[in-house]
Amino acid sequence: MKLVIAAGPPASGKTSILFKTIKYLKGFNAKIAVAKLDCLTSDDERVYEALNIPVITGLSENLCPDHFLAINIIEIFNWAKKSGADYLIVETAGLCNRCAPFIDRALNICLIDCLSSIKVPKKLGPIVTTSDIILISKVDMVSQAEREVFVYNLIQLNPTAQILEVNGLSGFGSQRVGNIILNSPSYDSIDGDILRHSMPSATCSYCVGEIRIGGMYQQGIINKMDFSKGSDFSYV
Amino acid sequence: MFKNLLIIGGQDKNENRELIGELYLEKGKIYTIVGPTGSGKTQLIEDIECLSDGFGLTKRKILIDDGISPQHLRSSYQNRLVSHLSQNMHFILDMSVINFLKMRLKCTNFPDDIKSVEKILEYANELSGEKILGHFSLTTLSGGQSRALMIADVAINGTTPIILIDEIENAGIDRLRAMKILVDSDKIVLVVTHDPLLALYGHKRIVMKNGGISKIINRNPYELSLLKQLHSINKVTETIRDDLRRGKQLEKECFYGL
Ligand SMILES: Nc1nc2c(ncn2[C@@H]2O[C@H](COP(=O)(O)OP(=O)(O)OP(=O)(O)O)[C@@H](O)[C@H]2O)c(=O)[nH]1
Ligand SMILES: Nc1ncnc2c1ncn2[C@@H]1O[C@H](COP(=O)(O)OP(=O)(O)OP(=O)(O)O)[C@@H](O)[C@H]1O
Ligand SMILES: [Mg+2]
Ligand SMILES: [Mg+2]
Ligand SMILES: [Zn+2]
Repeated sequence: MKLVIAAGPPASGKTSILFKTIKYLKGFNAKIAVAKLDCLTSDDERVYEALNIPVITGLSENLCPDHFLAINIIEIFNWAKKSGADYLIVETAGLCNRCAPFIDRALNICLIDCLSSIKVPKKLGPIVTTSDIILISKVDMVSQAEREVFVYNLIQLNPTAQILEVNGLSGFGSQRVGNIILNSPSYDSIDGDILRHSMPSATCSYCVGEIRIGGMYQQGIINKMDFSKGSDFSYV
Repeated sequence: MFKNLLIIGGQDKNENRELIGELYLEKGKIYTIVGPTGSGKTQLIEDIECLSDGFGLTKRKILIDDGISPQHLRSSYQNRLVSHLSQNMHFILDMSVINFLKMRLKCTNFPDDIKSVEKILEYANELSGEKILGHFSLTTLSGGQSRALMIADVAINGTTPIILIDEIENAGIDRLRAMKILVDSDKIVLVVTHDPLLALYGHKRIVMKNGGISKIINRNPYELSLLKQLHSINKVTETIRDDLRRGKQLEKECFYGL
């Protein structure tokens, strides 16, 4: 089975472009299953169901969705295999800029919305630096000139990724994404595979449920802010 | 990069052979793609952009320079073929026009000389009704000013041999000049539009139907004269719009030419 992991910030256009891509892949009789991972709720299952394919949703609730993926990916893989699919596409939210959900042997696609990311490309963390394909979405909204500068910045962050522009509304780019998926390698099992990026773990007392604030309740790794560096202005 | 592009027809949505077997796209020409919604306009552009090899959805094959299969051009961003200009596009960076253009020239590996920044501004100001100055902030440019700057930038800096225009509004910009600047920059210009004026700019119209190219129409002399008439009507509308905006009372003596 081929494994595709598509990650990107909320409302960046993941479902829109994946939907069009799956439609294209179905033209090649590809048997596709989709797993959608999100934090609290998601309506994407219903969108994908319209394509007559197996779909499953996993909610990470109070866990970061990337950690949640790492914990569940083997089971998701087995679920897709059991449903008879030969392609598994995982759509997952990329919320925190510290983690990335990518698995070493998967085709790892990172999707970024050029409207919101173009201003601070450096803020995009491991999700960009460890991906195989970077899709720039909503290209219909931003000038060609700015997008070219954006791509230049992305190439500095990840020089080996293939960068493509897509439009989830018109479907522009879905055929190229589809062709890349068609040509990606296939695996019987992903047991023993590893994450591309080691994720920071729950390390402080608040990670494990502490709610009282104040020094005496803080244990583990405590990273205090440095107040010597602010601006020089003061009211006193 | 290449001289021309050849589209070898594939099949429509019912898997019937496309009515047009071969279509050359040449530099310095404008092609309008027309057809009802869902007729395959975006798909055709997609086939061109990814240089389809005959195995895609439409089975179209795209060749360059009289029949070479462009293996080496597929897939990398630097080698992509199409620059886009669309009605919804905005500038979103908080920078002055001049600083952005300098940065843009540096990133895209053009020599960072002040001359080309000036040239872009000069071209943009030929198109825009209201003058753009270098210290203006990108995000506060008007719709017409933004579009003018985008067109000038694509014409001068564009590294791709094909420019795709997905409607451009008629307010505040001289469209006839814009088309001329683009064509003079030695590009293949594709226009997807429902606007009659824009559609008639095309030297040829590619008519899409049910996923296939169903007809190629060469613009005839009558259509050309129609284009000129529509263009002057458009100019009158523009003048009236301007006068209304300036708070003028319209009088017979204003000679709007109607
Ligand atoms: N203009 C424009 N809008 C887009 C594009 N792609 C998606 N959208 C819109 O952006 C919104 C979010 O799109 P989705 O595809 O649901 O985004 P998502 O990343 O799957 O969102 P979540 O799964 O909720 O995180 C929708 O309103 C889409 O119509 C695009 O290329 N251009
Ligand atoms: N020759 C073809 N064979 C099979 N499917 C096709 C073919 N041409 C187009 N399609 C499919 O038909 C759908 C509609 O095509 P497309 O989006 O290109 O239409 P459009 O003319 O751009 O429509 P709009 O005016 O709404 O933008 C797409 O899903 C596209 O992949
Ligand atoms: Mg989604
Ligand atoms: Mg379209
Ligand atoms: Zn995280």
